[in-house]
Amino acid sequence: MKKNARIFYMMVIPAFVMFFGFHTFPVLLGIFYSFTDWNGFAQNYDFVGFKNYLNVFKDESIYAAYGFTFQFAILTTVIVNVVSLTVAMGLNARIKFKNFFRGIYFLPNVLSLLIVGYIFNYIFSNMLPNFFENIQMKDWAFNILGTTEWAWLGIVIVTVWQATAFNIILYLAGLQTIPTDMYEASSIDGASKWKEFWHITFPMIAPFFTINMVLSMKNFLMAFDQIVALTSGGPAKSTMSISYLIYTDGFSGGSFAYQSANSVIYFVVIVIISIVQLKYLQRREMNL
Amino acid sequence: MITRAKTANWTITLLIAAGSLIVLFPLYMTVMIAVKSPAQIAESVLAIPAEWHWSNFAEAVRMTNFGHAFKNSFIVTLLAVVLTILTNSFVGYAVARNIKKRFFKFLYYYFVSALFVPFPIIMLPIVKEMAYFNLNNHTGLIVLYVVYGIAFNMFLYVGYLRSLPTELDEAAMIDGASVWQTFWKVIFPLLGPINATVGILTCIWAWNDFLLPLIILSKPDMATLPLAQYIFQSRFSVSYNYAFASYLMALLPMVLVYLVAQRWIINGVVQGAVK
Repeated sequence: MKKNARIFYMMVIPAFVMFFGFHTFPVLLGIFYSFTDWNGFAQNYDFVGFKNYLNVFKDESIYAAYGFTFQFAILTTVIVNVVSLTVAMGLNARIKFKNFFRGIYFLPNVLSLLIVGYIFNYIFSNMLPNFFENIQMKDWAFNILGTTEWAWLGIVIVTVWQATAFNIILYLAGLQTIPTDMYEASSIDGASKWKEFWHITFPMIAPFFTINMVLSMKNFLMAFDQIVALTSGGPAKSTMSISYLIYTDGFSGGSFAYQSANSVIYFVVIVIISIVQLKYLQRREMNL
Repeated sequence: MITRAKTANWTITLLIAAGSLIVLFPLYMTVMIAVKSPAQIAESVLAIPAEWHWSNFAEAVRMTNFGHAFKNSFIVTLLAVVLTILTNSFVGYAVARNIKKRFFKFLYYYFVSALFVPFPIIMLPIVKEMAYFNLNNHTGLIVLYVVYGIAFNMFLYVGYLRSLPTELDEAAMIDGASVWQTFWKVIFPLLGPINATVGILTCIWAWNDFLLPLIILSKPDMATLPLAQYIFQSRFSVSYNYAFASYLMALLPMVLVYLVAQRWIINGVVQGAVK
């Protein structure tokens, strides 16, 4: 039995070492670099203490990236969850060709977000302007991705198109756990559909709501592929997400250490948000 | 009540059908542009063409070096899936069977807490690290998929293994089997459903991933499909028919896999998320 215990350790030690080496170590390395002035290429660097952090807090472009990323993530999380819960309830109703439609709605989940972004790029830059031109609505005949006011909308649309797939399937799984006799009891009591939703459906799928909210928010705060495919952060950096800013400035902008400090702050922000969200939503689950 | 239960609700069916058009529209448009000549596109993007230009695909294959990128994606995805299942499963097994011991409990929380770490903080240092170890290539990419996968797969395997009674292990060990033999001969064959879930999630991730190939792969000829599309887009401006033919070819393998294994994939993703 002693020997067996040793084998169990042998099973996990390599995984532990690898995970530490490729995941935890780079995190520590990132924290280390954030206290230097390294540009990413030079042979030498110096320690600069908290200078990078102080500068990050004074940096307009970083505030702008946080502003965009958070507004985008919150708005998209709300839209995705409303749309996907609505569609999931439709799919859960007594409809024809249920499996066929379920298959279609889930399809975007298996597609590359980058390529989906390129396809939508064409819709925004060519198809829609041409369409509005043809129906004599010339005020609308412009490429939204080229304007600082509306470029964010393109990013939201692509993200919603792709992300609802996953949320729909999850909500559908949740709705299917509700026993139908609960609804029968309520319709005998004469409850309206609206009441039925808030008093039966929603409380019953609360755990699924929590998972969807937390996962959506976390994914959208990392927005990268869709930014690359649609706007490259522009125009005038109006759609610069935090991930994309760290990537562009960190690698090619020569501010490797500076963006490391930014990413450390971002790490702390994400951890706080995830914990708050989980705590809050789970408490609501209990109260429901 | 009883009549309501039997008949289909056509209003909702129609609404759901209308909604599904939003999902299908960009894909339909992609197919239409991919098979037209520039003149036909100028005439109408969405109309079904009188003449289908299949040669667009041959041209797109040539321009984007599609075969090569496809091979890269295929190898990376296949090895990531196989190695993830073969390694993460026994790590999950060891942790699940010793979860009461301090070290294994610590490992469980260590792996799972990594799910909260946003990738940007790893992004800059990992590039330097991979280059230092000469892992800025396919091997390195596969290693990262397998290693990063542990964080979430730990969740899945430990959750699943809790439902398998330990009497199975004990019976095998009384018969003289070692832990390794017990795992491969008794436990692993029983992990079918959860291996399928892990395999499907890894496959979707590795095939569609753009960010890791973008930062890790050091040479353009190593590019996987999404990265190849990106390199192609940023270097050349091409007529839309060729570009869309190449998008379609890049999306098609996953669509085909999805059509064949739809039920499995949907179940796999749900299992993965609900755990």
